[in-house]
Amino acid sequence: MSRATLGWIVLGWVGFALLPWYGFDRTAVPTLTDYIIGGSALVHGLKGAWWLLPVLVPLLMSLRPAALPSRPDNSTWLIASGLTGLALIVLQGFTIGLNGWNLDILKVISGDNGPSQGGMGYGAALTSIAFLIVLCHGLAARGWCRGDAFVTSSIGIVVALIIVFVFFPVSTILASAFADNNGDFAPLEFVTKFMDRSIWGLDCLTSDLRCGVAWNTLFLGVLVAFGTTALGLAFALIATRTAFRYKKLLRVMSVLPIITPPFVIGLALILIFGRSGALSSVLWEWFGIPRSRWIYGLPGIFIAQLLAFTPIAFLVLIGVVQGISPTLEEASQTLRAKSWTTFLTVTLPLMRPGLANAFLLGFVESLADFGNPLVLGGNFEVLSTKIFFAVVGAQQDQGRAAVLSIILLAFTLGAFWLQHAWLGKKVYTTVTGKGDAGIPLPLPRRVALASYFTAIPWALFTVGVYAIILVGAFVRSMGRDYTPTLEHFLTAFRVEATERGFFFSGSAWDSFFATIKVAGISAPLTAAIGLLTAYLLTRQRFSGQRSFEFGTLLSFAIPGTVVGVSYILAFNVPPIEITGTGFVLVMCFVFRNMPVGVRSGIATLSQIDKSLDEASLTLGARSATTMRRVVLPLLRPAIVASLVYSFVRAMTAVSAVIFLVTAEYNMATTYIVGRVEAGEFGLAIAYSTVLIVVMLIAILAIQLAVGERRLGRRSASTSANPVAAPAIP
Amino acid sequence: MNQMTSLSSLSRSPVSKKQAASVEFRNVTKRYGNVTAVDSVSFTIEPGQLVTLLGPSGCGKTTTLRMIAGLEMASEGQILIGGRDVTNLSAADRDVSMVFQSYALFPHMSVLENVAYGPTVQGISKKDANEMAMEKLEIIGLKGLEKRSPSELSGGQQQRVAVARALVLEPQVLLFDEPLSNLDAKLRRRVREDIRELQQSLNLTVAYVTHDQEEALAVSDHIIVMSNARIAQTGTPRELYEEPADLFVADFIGDANIISGEVLDEGGAVANVRIGGVDIQLPRRGVGRGPVKLAVRPDAIALDEGSAASGKLMGTVKKASYLGTQVEYEVESPIGELFVVQYGRKDPIAPGTPISVSFATQRGIAIIPGA
Repeated sequence: MSRATLGWIVLGWVGFALLPWYGFDRTAVPTLTDYIIGGSALVHGLKGAWWLLPVLVPLLMSLRPAALPSRPDNSTWLIASGLTGLALIVLQGFTIGLNGWNLDILKVISGDNGPSQGGMGYGAALTSIAFLIVLCHGLAARGWCRGDAFVTSSIGIVVALIIVFVFFPVSTILASAFADNNGDFAPLEFVTKFMDRSIWGLDCLTSDLRCGVAWNTLFLGVLVAFGTTALGLAFALIATRTAFRYKKLLRVMSVLPIITPPFVIGLALILIFGRSGALSSVLWEWFGIPRSRWIYGLPGIFIAQLLAFTPIAFLVLIGVVQGISPTLEEASQTLRAKSWTTFLTVTLPLMRPGLANAFLLGFVESLADFGNPLVLGGNFEVLSTKIFFAVVGAQQDQGRAAVLSIILLAFTLGAFWLQHAWLGKKVYTTVTGKGDAGIPLPLPRRVALASYFTAIPWALFTVGVYAIILVGAFVRSMGRDYTPTLEHFLTAFRVEATERGFFFSGSAWDSFFATIKVAGISAPLTAAIGLLTAYLLTRQRFSGQRSFEFGTLLSFAIPGTVVGVSYILAFNVPPIEITGTGFVLVMCFVFRNMPVGVRSGIATLSQIDKSLDEASLTLGARSATTMRRVVLPLLRPAIVASLVYSFVRAMTAVSAVIFLVTAEYNMATTYIVGRVEAGEFGLAIAYSTVLIVVMLIAILAIQLAVGERRLGRRSASTSANPVAAPAIP
Repeated sequence: MNQMTSLSSLSRSPVSKKQAASVEFRNVTKRYGNVTAVDSVSFTIEPGQLVTLLGPSGCGKTTTLRMIAGLEMASEGQILIGGRDVTNLSAADRDVSMVFQSYALFPHMSVLENVAYGPTVQGISKKDANEMAMEKLEIIGLKGLEKRSPSELSGGQQQRVAVARALVLEPQVLLFDEPLSNLDAKLRRRVREDIRELQQSLNLTVAYVTHDQEEALAVSDHIIVMSNARIAQTGTPRELYEEPADLFVADFIGDANIISGEVLDEGGAVANVRIGGVDIQLPRRGVGRGPVKLAVRPDAIALDEGSAASGKLMGTVKKASYLGTQVEYEVESPIGELFVVQYGRKDPIAPGTPISVSFATQRGIAIIPGA
């Protein structure tokens, strides 16, 4: 019996007998006694909440091994105590809700509505965690995971978190899709909703009517996937196989869209091509071409998504192109193949898996994108926006949102499944190790020309878009009034010096601070959980490891809108009632962005010899110490990557959080979307530039804080590009 | 608890020598899914002995070693170190250190930091930890290199750092996992002698894994030969070489000609064996009357160019290779093809020469029981 186990048993008691079992009503002001003892499960239980009292049994069971140390059956007692405790808490939490019994059968049996209880609070959380850890310690004492309590506890915690924050919301959304608005099981209603004409209709083929939203989404996804792959390939070929002079610039341009909030590009397009856009005005004034709304709809979304996702295709394909061994091309040439033939018969087929990968990524990103269709969609509806309006719009139809979410989820999961089944894992391996003496073949003339003619105009266009973003922030109104002004910045970020210190009176400060706070909290959490998971996946062996891996990566495949809907469906009612808090935002980000941490962690860890950890273990360092002193210092590139990624994504995400924000926790992105909808483009653009600058500073700060890893002489080879990692899911 | 005791004894006097401990396996089995890597293995390593786990790759010897370390957990059975049951203890809780095949030196730490790592993570002050590390580095002969990073050392030096690091906590048991496999042939001989010397002077219990039978014969007090997840034979190097328990051991330890013979009598310590018409006397090893297999070492066969004589086996030299200290022959004979090594400065016998074959009965030829 270790001291840690004892500590957790004590904490379990603390959670039960001292801390408030239920969350506080947000309107009430809790007193000190509410905090300590007064609101505890013990007091509630004795006062009539009889269903809390059975939890005492496992708590008492845990005392036996604590009182009689060194008994051989102690592990059994710990396991039994943990399991029973968790089961009891889950059981009472789900059977008794805010409005009495959650199951109709129980209402019938008892004859009344039954007791009611609110969402769980600190006490319930602490006791549950304590039970979980006690259970894991028991399993470790049984010899699981080489008897390492740290490892079993980590696995337990990660699994529990994934169950609560990934599987629970997803199953809730599935359940609510099959239910009518009263919450009763209604499969027929699901079929009706699912087969709805507005989803699967094909009227656009035969008449002027609109097609179903599912077809729209698929069509847009395929278009964007083709476009991004072609453009990405052109850029990648220029960057690796030509003597193009401004390659560095290409790299910078490929990073810019990643730190740009997704809808900003759509916004810039409006400022250029909209009815009062810069270009539209010029065309009207100079050539008499009438202003039109063509940008709102498919063309606009298509261009915006191309701009936003081409860099991702570029980052994927540049690795693929570099990975092709030049020797193969030289071999082809020595067999008297002309350069064009070589390109067609050797280079291109070798790139096929990479191209497919880029294609699928483009497809999935387009499906998941929410900001651009929201800003530019007009009458062209896609699934992600449709889901949003089903929840917040006049219909308020959660069942419909759930059905749409399931369709979108099926599309993306299908794409990921295709990617996995078809390409396997070999796609990610790049050629390393052996030196390759070959010199890459220069591109055949026509390929080079084609690349230049697609890539360079596009690059110029991108530069133009970003110039508009910059200019737009500093002029009064794009397209109408080009007077330079700081007015937008002042509205958003005014700071007034009063006698009581500075007063942040700008309209954007609240959301800005909230965003920084949430991003600042979620980034290290994401990195920690992601890297811990990567460590467990690569360094430990336990049964169910495959499904564990699937669970951690699942949340990445779920589109943000689906996450948002599932979170409000799952966390709006007891037992876990956390919507409207900053906590739900943080958890949402953690589980959306964790897979990148997992990926980069796995990539880095598989380069580190496993016997390093084992050496540390045999020298008497526990897993936690080994993690801190050996693994983490060698994992610095992965830490930087996942910190940067999760911070940036927390700053720029809009799809999931738009469902979860409240007046208190408004995020920068949702605030900006609000400004766009109100037509305050200047303010929105100004705020966006501020966000981009903040992110750049944050990335530099993270690099500085975490630092390089020290590997003696061998440090030169570890050039992990922190921004390249996120491109590969 | 174990960590506590080791910690207190360390802080009391960092230089004190701990008692070497025994290692005992009781019917230990390790399974990975359907694959059984180690199958009901039992053995005891006496305190202060160097015992080698020897066997072809995949025989379960490394798994056995890792189970001593606590890096793998036994599926069944009991493991005792120093008489204490450690079956369910994690690696960090066992008083065991290991030298890895790849050395596993932490690349982000200097030589000194590497060696001082053990005491540091046990909570010993940095000054004391460094002192302990320096002491071990001195024993190992690497004083003056402590500021370097591991990548700035040669392979042999890295290996010695790994040994120093494993020694620094003065563990009850020291484990070596193929420690010489990354060294070149010349260095191997020297390092294995160093390891043996160190083990004897510090009176350490050492478990040593190798697939090289020569290395095993050279360093061990005892050898445990493993094959197909089981122990094939346990014994001193000499016992294994001269009295192999079965065909596998006979073939694996050194070279052996496996030939057929027939035991002519029953009972008694000595058996009369007829091999291809020649009768010789050998230790019986519990075999009754009837056909048997015999292991004949290449150097236990004498070749004679003289003319045919009665009571001698006749053969022909098929191939001869001159290797400096010895000459190796392939000999065609009525009892099969024989591999023969002759030492000494004799002129090599030319291929095609008819020769007579005789056996040195004192050593190098043994009945294989149960084969």
